[in-house]
Amino acid sequence: MKKINFILSFAILASLLVSCGGDNSNKKSGALVGNAAERVYVAPGEYDEYYAFLSGGFSGQLSVYGLPSGRLFKVIPVFSQNPENGYGYNEETKPMLNTSYGFIPWGDAHHPDISQTNGELDGRWIFINENNTPRIARIDLTTFQTAEILEIPNSAGNHSSSFITENTEYIVAGTRFSVPSPQKDMPIEEMKGTFKGPLTFISIHPETGNLNIEFQLIMPGFNYDLSHPGRNKSHGWFFFTTYNTEEAHSLLEVNASQNDKDYIAAVNWKVIEQYVKNGGGTKMAVKYAHNILNESTHTATSTILNEITTVNPLDVPGAVYYLPTPKSPHGCDVDPSGEYIVGSGKLSTDLTVHSFSKMLKAIEEKNFSGEAYGIPILNFEAINAGVVKQAGLGPLHTEFDDKGNGYTSFFISSEIVKWKLETWEVVDRQPVFYSIGHLMVPGGNSRKPFGKYMLALNKITKDRYLPTGPEVTQSAQLFDITGEKMELLLDFPTIGEPHYAAGIPAEILMKNSKKIYPLSENKHPNVTLSEKEAKVVRNGNEVHVYMTMIRSHFAPDNIEGVQVGDKVFFHVTNLEQDYDVPHGFAMIGANTAELLIMPGETRTSTWEPKREGVWPFYCTDFCSALHQEMQGYIRVSPKGSSVPLKWSLD
Amino acid sequence: MKKASLLMILGALLLLALYKFPLWNITLGAPQYPDPLGMNIFFNGVQGVEEFDIQNIDGVNHYIGMKKVPKKEDMWEFTVFPIFIVAMSAIGILIGFLGFFKKISYKWFLGWLVVMLVFGIYGLYDFNLWLQDYGTDLDPKAIMKLTDAQGNQMSYKPPFIGTKHILNFTAQSYPRIGTLFVFLGTLFPLLAYVVGKKSSVSKK
Repeated sequence: MKKINFILSFAILASLLVSCGGDNSNKKSGALVGNAAERVYVAPGEYDEYYAFLSGGFSGQLSVYGLPSGRLFKVIPVFSQNPENGYGYNEETKPMLNTSYGFIPWGDAHHPDISQTNGELDGRWIFINENNTPRIARIDLTTFQTAEILEIPNSAGNHSSSFITENTEYIVAGTRFSVPSPQKDMPIEEMKGTFKGPLTFISIHPETGNLNIEFQLIMPGFNYDLSHPGRNKSHGWFFFTTYNTEEAHSLLEVNASQNDKDYIAAVNWKVIEQYVKNGGGTKMAVKYAHNILNESTHTATSTILNEITTVNPLDVPGAVYYLPTPKSPHGCDVDPSGEYIVGSGKLSTDLTVHSFSKMLKAIEEKNFSGEAYGIPILNFEAINAGVVKQAGLGPLHTEFDDKGNGYTSFFISSEIVKWKLETWEVVDRQPVFYSIGHLMVPGGNSRKPFGKYMLALNKITKDRYLPTGPEVTQSAQLFDITGEKMELLLDFPTIGEPHYAAGIPAEILMKNSKKIYPLSENKHPNVTLSEKEAKVVRNGNEVHVYMTMIRSHFAPDNIEGVQVGDKVFFHVTNLEQDYDVPHGFAMIGANTAELLIMPGETRTSTWEPKREGVWPFYCTDFCSALHQEMQGYIRVSPKGSSVPLKWSLD
Repeated sequence: MKKASLLMILGALLLLALYKFPLWNITLGAPQYPDPLGMNIFFNGVQGVEEFDIQNIDGVNHYIGMKKVPKKEDMWEFTVFPIFIVAMSAIGILIGFLGFFKKISYKWFLGWLVVMLVFGIYGLYDFNLWLQDYGTDLDPKAIMKLTDAQGNQMSYKPPFIGTKHILNFTAQSYPRIGTLFVFLGTLFPLLAYVVGKKSSVSKK
């Protein structure tokens, strides 16, 4: 009988759904507004209003989208090899992926952040962290190329990164996994009290952007999850969330979720900076790689460095305090004024907001509720600014607009909640599809957010797109946040996992985007500046081909005298000085990726011919009307053959 | 006569602006070149509007067998014209001064003007000859040998003045501010002659 009832009610429900027609799809579209198509439509040939840089997550790369259209323009290779343009395969860029562990072809990219001046986006560089083998990359926003990668020693799981201070003074890298510091062979179960949580402060050269580890703060062995800089009035401080203050080493999902409160660590980096400048700190022997791309030689170099300065927080009075924050907080986000620090306890239903000025007062009055490994824990009641009550389930991350509102993502209840700073009341909530991680308002991590659009970065898509087998895309959802209610405008798929993103008005970046590399500034040691200088040189069993390319031929395009067992280096220069005229180079049987060479650039690939014969090479990028004719031959003779080395063009 | 002489000097001085300003400009736009490639034609050579425009015009034109845009040393005009202009300017200033101090008659201004006009007309004629040669004297080994509807070899001659569609390109050719200076540099001496004549008539 029960069963029959169930079937009956189901039938009634189904008929209701059918009769109501669009109900089902309305539910799926959430806050979708009627004229959404118009509002995201960027007509052919028109430009988007914003650039959005989305972390590629486990792709290791950084993707570049336009907003509001959601169109993908480019994937910037950062931590993973990219056969599409030869990054990490050609001789010039291989050093970028060098580490103290040797060459690593892959990385896990997480949190991009754009450089700032006086707390506002300046668009010179964008930084992104690698979680697995801790690294930070700097990408030049005039070339959209990865310009530098710095490995972070003595750290593991570089997650609370890569956030920058408001004048791009420092970028941080906090360890997500507590580890022995320095590393040593020891029983895992003895971790408690022995493992450490190093937080690394990296300076950024104001002109070159070059990164340098200034000091590493050796904190107690908690897990440091996310971080954000103080700004405006709280400039000079940095805030890090912690979890696993239980210091569990197994089954963390249970054992690291026992404490009612974990902490946000407030770090006064200005005090520590001064301490280190005055000779404070201890040198520690470590090993880490520092890789820099030289723009004039088009070539990266990797240097292994051996020492950093470490600082014991207990040695610097007033440097570090713990702010008690409920339930394993993930995001810790600072509002544009710098007064409010929002902790998102991911196992809580409330958002906890700390007050910076109350924090200073509590420090002054020594209003402590205890200490952890000698670090004072501030009294929760004394520093609390407010609580956004029953906001949702599983708060992760908050961004701000320019009108005094916060927007918090909720993973478990799969929604975004808009709330008011200072009154802490919930203003609006909208579902997202599904399970949002971070969200992004352009300039949301600065003094000056651009409160027009918000991007939700979702982990799960399920039924949102045409199915593509078990592995489906992750996605972003664009909201208009100019009104009281958030309005859903657009879904678009992303590459990898969009952990976090950074947005910036297009007008700031587009005027600085380079069109070509001037040949006159090409200082590559193996550059060939004209066809007349093209040549082939044998050096033992190495054959170096100094080759040029211009529409629509290579010089030389016929080479003889190469032998089986040789190692051939193709040093190829694109002589074009015209916008959007790259050429490609591919050699049959080469155990590597193609070269994709921009105008004025030089790239090198290698080929070890294994069989005798006459083997072709060709241009892989459809460059011109005679692209198909852009090809050549290499004659390969047996080892020890008397065929002389010669080359020609016409 | 003082006013006339000053006009003469001013006109002659204006010619020197040709060192700074181009006489003519030709641009080539195409779907692949939304920002058109362009050349500025000076009396002493041709320059790209943007740094690499000449190189890119040559690159595009090699497909249809056109010669490269001439460098200074490729055309005698680029050496002789500046000498002529500087000389004319110097002579103009000299006769202006002499007129000012009443050492010579206003008729010298007319003489100067006639020489300048002949030169100007020759210059335009010569420019058109070059356009004709540039657009029609093609490499017989050209990659693309195109013919018009009558089966004749296609002419790629850019327009003397105006806009013309050539294959996928739109060529636009117009005088620039340098030409205006030449015009004014001729107009002022003409006025100088007229004013000089009037004042000499009224004195009589």
